[in-house]
Amino acid sequence: MFKEEELEKIRKQREEWEKLVEDRIKSHPERKEKFTTLSNIEVKRVYTPEDISHIEYTRHLGFPGMEPFTRGIHTTMYRGKIWTMRQFAGFGTAEDSNKRYKYLLEHGETGLSVAFDYPTLYGYDTDHPMARGEFGKCGVAISSLKDMEILFDGIPLDKITTSMTINGPAAILWAMYIATAEKRGIPKEKIGGTIQNDILKEYIAQKSFIFPPEPSMRLIVDTFEYGMKYVPKWNTISISGYHIREAGSTAVQELAFTLADGLEYVKAAMERGLQIDDFAPRLSFFFNSHNDFFEEIAKFRAARRIWARELKKLGAKKPRSLWMRFHTQTAGCSLVAQQPENNIVRVTIQALAAVLGGTQSLHTNSMDEAYALPSEKAVRIALRTQQIIAEESNVVNTIDPLGGSYYVEWLTDKMEEEAYAYFDKIDALGGVIPAIKRGFFQKEIAKSAYRYQKEIDEQKRKVIGVNCYRAEEEVSIPLLKIDEEGEKRHLARLRKVREERNQSKVEKALERLRKAAEGEENLMPYILEAVEAYATLGETCGVLREVFGEYKEPIIY
Amino acid sequence: MKKIRVLVAKVGLDGHDRGAKVVARALRDAGMEVIYTGLHQTPEQIVETAIQEDVNVIGLSLLSGAHMTLFTDVAELLKEKGLDDILLIGGGIIPEEDKEALKQAGIAEIFGPGTSTDEIVEFIIQNVKK
Repeated sequence: MFKEEELEKIRKQREEWEKLVEDRIKSHPERKEKFTTLSNIEVKRVYTPEDISHIEYTRHLGFPGMEPFTRGIHTTMYRGKIWTMRQFAGFGTAEDSNKRYKYLLEHGETGLSVAFDYPTLYGYDTDHPMARGEFGKCGVAISSLKDMEILFDGIPLDKITTSMTINGPAAILWAMYIATAEKRGIPKEKIGGTIQNDILKEYIAQKSFIFPPEPSMRLIVDTFEYGMKYVPKWNTISISGYHIREAGSTAVQELAFTLADGLEYVKAAMERGLQIDDFAPRLSFFFNSHNDFFEEIAKFRAARRIWARELKKLGAKKPRSLWMRFHTQTAGCSLVAQQPENNIVRVTIQALAAVLGGTQSLHTNSMDEAYALPSEKAVRIALRTQQIIAEESNVVNTIDPLGGSYYVEWLTDKMEEEAYAYFDKIDALGGVIPAIKRGFFQKEIAKSAYRYQKEIDEQKRKVIGVNCYRAEEEVSIPLLKIDEEGEKRHLARLRKVREERNQSKVEKALERLRKAAEGEENLMPYILEAVEAYATLGETCGVLREVFGEYKEPIIY
Repeated sequence: MKKIRVLVAKVGLDGHDRGAKVVARALRDAGMEVIYTGLHQTPEQIVETAIQEDVNVIGLSLLSGAHMTLFTDVAELLKEKGLDDILLIGGGIIPEEDKEALKQAGIAEIFGPGTSTDEIVEFIIQNVKK
């Protein structure tokens, strides 16, 4: 981007400056020997055109909405439309969560995001023995189509998009959502939203897997195929780095592992015979935004560039196939219990990084989440944080305002380079699934998590209120209480569903699902038939458990 | 001196294992013998492993919010089996107001986010029943 003679002048001036620095640090040493990002990338004192002299503007950056999409996937970005404000929420009964969704929509939220409780995430009904103590605790309990109908009661499913964090039994919960819409007269072509449906990162990090990798991949490709034919506005996967990061990875690892997973899904779908340009436009991503402001922004920019390049290599032709569309959530693991109000400030910085990184939708965490699920007040502040960034800060006025920053461009390149180094390591292990089975990702993440904790324990990394600026005070923030009676009401409804449905219809549907699962057909139509007949989540998933078996992970720490 | 044996356990369906693994490593680095159960353990399985492994300490980890049920289950099973000499501690996303009830139930200490690993090591050394 710079002329030779200009670079030469800069080099000369740098040498002069370096002498000044040398003199200065003799009498006034810097605060640290080494300055690093959260991923442990060493950061120089200052960046100049010399650090990015290799960058060709049109090839490496381009204009927004143009390849390689480094500066954003849309031509007008937030000047055209602000990101979707989508707060992840769900607890207790379907009624409790429905009320929370309406509260959020009334306060200006623009998309829904459903959190399910653990039994639901594992495909168990609430009365399963493993569900003990878990009802409604970290999400809403959905045991049958009946619960799903109540969850979205009064919410316009043809106007609002819904993201559902569900993986192992994603196909089943998605079928329940489709059935809910259709029962209300909304055809499936009209509904929009996302199922997380990213099983690879479950084995790697979040650990709510059910089946072994191979049948899990089959189910995922089934949803891709069904989606592109019948539910064209649905994102059938949200390839997630968020949980990889929360489990303790660095930003570099989050970037590398997530994109490696993404490419694995593309290859699996192509092996099925699907055309890349038919399904790739419906792939979406989900990233974390942590405290290292510039590193996060560089990560988002690098992610878009790598994805566009790799999809092109795999044969994608449509520009939309090359778009990396992503949701961002601020880092839950960065929240601390001490002086919890300070978390609002952390979330603000992280949210700003996501916006400057060009996110399509955003969840901002609430200040009280180091204790419990968020209270109404806390979640409103979190939503207001996004609204303040969108409406008051003016950062949305121009696209990718940090593009061209010597540091940000250098770091974007660096993130990309390190991601490719990981791709090589994963390839050498035989691909993502063999690497999972050998515990490669799990070991890498555990190592980073431990290093981070040690740095905090040893005061090498400061966390305000935790290892410095502590205050002795009683924490007095109101926390969300989950209605203990809700579980009884939920269980009564589940019993009623089982009593009142057409039993032989359920049995037939489940039997047909079993046969199909033993064969090679796409399972979505069979799953839909089962849930429409009010087969419960546990029953439907149970059939698949019997056919596919369950996954046991290698124990690594 | 005999090494302190610790069982780090993930109880219930919760898959958040970052804290458990970090604590397991820190205890090992502090010279303790550490056994990590892996995920998805029932209270019965945890107590059974504790007996098999003859541990001095059980550290439970949970972020899902089911601690009142599942931590208490483990504590009660230990009492039932007369294993009062095992020091039971826990950590995770646990509201202040639940801590007192958990202590009443027999969980000696609860460590929340922001706890340093040194604090946990120190607590175990001070409180392990010899």
